[in-house]
Amino acid sequence: MNTRRLILLGFVAVLALLPLLNLLPEEHPLHVSDFLVSIIGKWICYAILALALDLAWGYAGILSLGHGAFFALGGYAIGMHLMRLIGPRGVYGHPVLPDFMVFLGYTELPWYWLGFDWFIFAFAMALIVPGLLAGIVGYLAFRSRITGVYLSIITQALTYALMLAFFRNDMGFGGNNGFTDFKELLGMPLNSGHTRAILFYASLASLVAVFLACGALTRTKYGRVLTAIRDAESRVRFLGYDTTRHKLFVFVLSAMIAGLAGALYVPQVGIINPGEFSPGNSIEAVVWVAFGGRGTLVGAVLGAFSVNALKTWLTSVAPDLWLIVLGCLFIAVPLLLPKGLIGLIRRRGETKP
Amino acid sequence: MNAVALPDGDSTTGLYLDGVSVVFDGFRALNNLSLIVEPGELRAVIGPNGAGKTTMMDVITGKTRPGAGIVRFGGRDLTRMDEAAIANLGIGRKFQKPTVFDALTVFENLELALKAPRGPIACLRWVLRGEARTRIERTMAEIGLTERAHDLSGLLSHGQRQWLEIGMLLMQDPQLLLVDEPVAGMTDHETEQTAELLVGIAGTRSVVVVEHDLEFVKALGSRVTVLHEGSVLSEGSITHVQNDPRVIEVYLGR
Ligand SMILES: Nc1ncnc2c1ncn2[C@@H]1O[C@H](COP(=O)(O)OP(=O)(O)OP(=O)(O)O)[C@@H](O)[C@H]1O
Ligand SMILES: [Mg+2]
Repeated sequence: MNTRRLILLGFVAVLALLPLLNLLPEEHPLHVSDFLVSIIGKWICYAILALALDLAWGYAGILSLGHGAFFALGGYAIGMHLMRLIGPRGVYGHPVLPDFMVFLGYTELPWYWLGFDWFIFAFAMALIVPGLLAGIVGYLAFRSRITGVYLSIITQALTYALMLAFFRNDMGFGGNNGFTDFKELLGMPLNSGHTRAILFYASLASLVAVFLACGALTRTKYGRVLTAIRDAESRVRFLGYDTTRHKLFVFVLSAMIAGLAGALYVPQVGIINPGEFSPGNSIEAVVWVAFGGRGTLVGAVLGAFSVNALKTWLTSVAPDLWLIVLGCLFIAVPLLLPKGLIGLIRRRGETKP
Repeated sequence: MNAVALPDGDSTTGLYLDGVSVVFDGFRALNNLSLIVEPGELRAVIGPNGAGKTTMMDVITGKTRPGAGIVRFGGRDLTRMDEAAIANLGIGRKFQKPTVFDALTVFENLELALKAPRGPIACLRWVLRGEARTRIERTMAEIGLTERAHDLSGLLSHGQRQWLEIGMLLMQDPQLLLVDEPVAGMTDHETEQTAELLVGIAGTRSVVVVEHDLEFVKALGSRVTVLHEGSVLSEGSITHVQNDPRVIEVYLGR
C-alpha cells in the first residue's frame, strides 16, 4: 500500500468518524457540531459533482458550464419523492397533492408526478433524467462537432433556460419556492440526527464508489481514448474512432453521476429550488475542479472541499467578498495553477530530494 | 476488407481519384486532380509548397469535402463517409506535423491505434491479450522504440515521433497508407531506414508518400507523381519526371 492510498484512506476514515463524534456529549473535547456534520455532508455531494465534471472536462476535454443543471435535476427528482411522502401532513392537509399544488388550484397530480411515490422510481429518475438530457444535448452538439467555448456556452444556456423554466408556477415544480418542508425518507424522519448520519454515510459511500469507478474507468483503454480525444480529437477520428459516440458516452455518464450527487444533497439540505440551476453554481463547480487539479480524480475532490471550505469561511467573515474571490479564482487558477493544487503538491514532492 | 466492388465501371480496386477539385475562398487548392494507385503500389508524390499534396490527403481521409470529383477506394465512395468510417475501411494516415498523443506512453499510443473494436463499451472491456501485445512489441522493435515503450510520447525527439506515427499507422493494419512528409527532421540514417520500412510495407498494401527530399524519393524506387497548382504535372519513373521540362521549370530547376 503506497502513501497516496494511505492518505486517501485516512481522509475517508476521518470523514466517517464525524457523525460518531457528533454523538459525543457537547462538552466533550472531541465533540463535532451538527453544523459541521451537515456542511461536510454537503461538501461530499459537491465532491461527487466535481468528480462527474472532472470525468467530462479533465479527462475528455468537454468543458461543461451546465453541470449544475444535472445536479439540480437529480435533486428535483428526489425532491418530488420527498414531497409525495409529506402526504396529508401538509399545511392544507390534502392527502395527495403537495401544498403548492393545492395553493395553485390543481385538482389532481400532473401525469409526470406519477410514480414518484416510490423511492426506487424517483431515485432511478434522478439518474435517468439528467442522463437523457445530456444524451440529447450531447448528441446534437457533438454530432455537429460543437466543441470548446461554444459547447460551454450551450451548456451554460441550458442551465439558465432550465432555471427560468423551473421558476414558472405552471411547470408543476413549485415555482420559485421549489420544494421544502420534507418530513421523511424511507420511513426515517428527516429531522433526526440518526437519519442525518445515515444520509451522511450514504453520501460518503457514494463518493468512494464513484471515485473508485471513475478511477477504474480512466485506467481502461476507454479512459485513454478520452484523454486522446481531449488532446487531439481529429487525430482520434483518423484512427477510426467515432469520437461522437465516445464523448456522448462519457457526457451521459457524467450527467448521471451529477444527478446522483443532487439526489444525495437534497434530503440533507431539506430544500430544492430553481436557484440550484443558476449558472453561477455550474461555474463554481468548474472552479473546484480547476483549483484542485483537473484530470486527476483526487484533485477534483480536493478542489471541492477546499474551495467550499474557503467559501464557508468567507461568507461568515465577509459575505460580499465571495463572488469577487470566486471570479478571481476563475481567472487566476488557469494562469497561476494550471495543474491545480495537486500539480503544486506533486511538484513539491518531486523537487524534494 | 469488406469493401464491395461497385458495378459502375469506375476503378473498383485501389485508390481512384478523378476530376477532384477543392476550392478555399476562391483559391483552387486542387484543380481537376486525377490519380490512380493500384493495390500494393508504392507511390511518391512530390511538388512545390502549396501544390495541394496535403489537401489531397485531406480529401481522401474525409477531412475536406471536394467541391467536385470522384474519390473512391476499393470501389467505395469516400466523399460520403466520415473520417472514422474511412479509417475503418482501411485507410491510415500519417500527418505532416506528427501528432501523437503526448499524455500517453509509446506503448499506449500504439495500443490505441491497434486494429480492434472501436466503440466505447468495447474499449471499456478491452483486455490486452498476448497476441495484441506481441504485435505492439513487434512494431515497437520495427520502429526502434522498444526502449522507450513506457515513456510518455511527449518526451520523444522529432524523428522518434515521426516513427511512432508510422508505427501507429502500421498498427491499424490499413490497406492504404498515406504518409505525409515522413522524413522531415530525420537524420540521413533515419531517412534511409524509413525508406526501407516503407518499401517493405508496400506490396501487400498501397502506400502513398508525400516528400520533398528527392534522395529519399529515389531510395523508394517507385513511380512518382508531380503535383503543381492542384493538378498532376507529370507522372512516371524518377528519371522520367526529373527530365520533364515542365517539372524542371516549376520545381526542380529553382
Ligand atoms: N483549410 C484551408 N483553408 C484555406 N486554404 C487552405 C486550406 N488548406 C490548404 N489551403 C491552401 O491550399 C494550398 C495547398 O495546400 P497544401 O497544404 O495541400 O499544400 P502542400 O502541397 O501540402 O504544401 P507543403 O509542401 O507546404 O506541405 C495552399 O496554398 C494552402 O494555403
Ligand atoms: Mg503538405
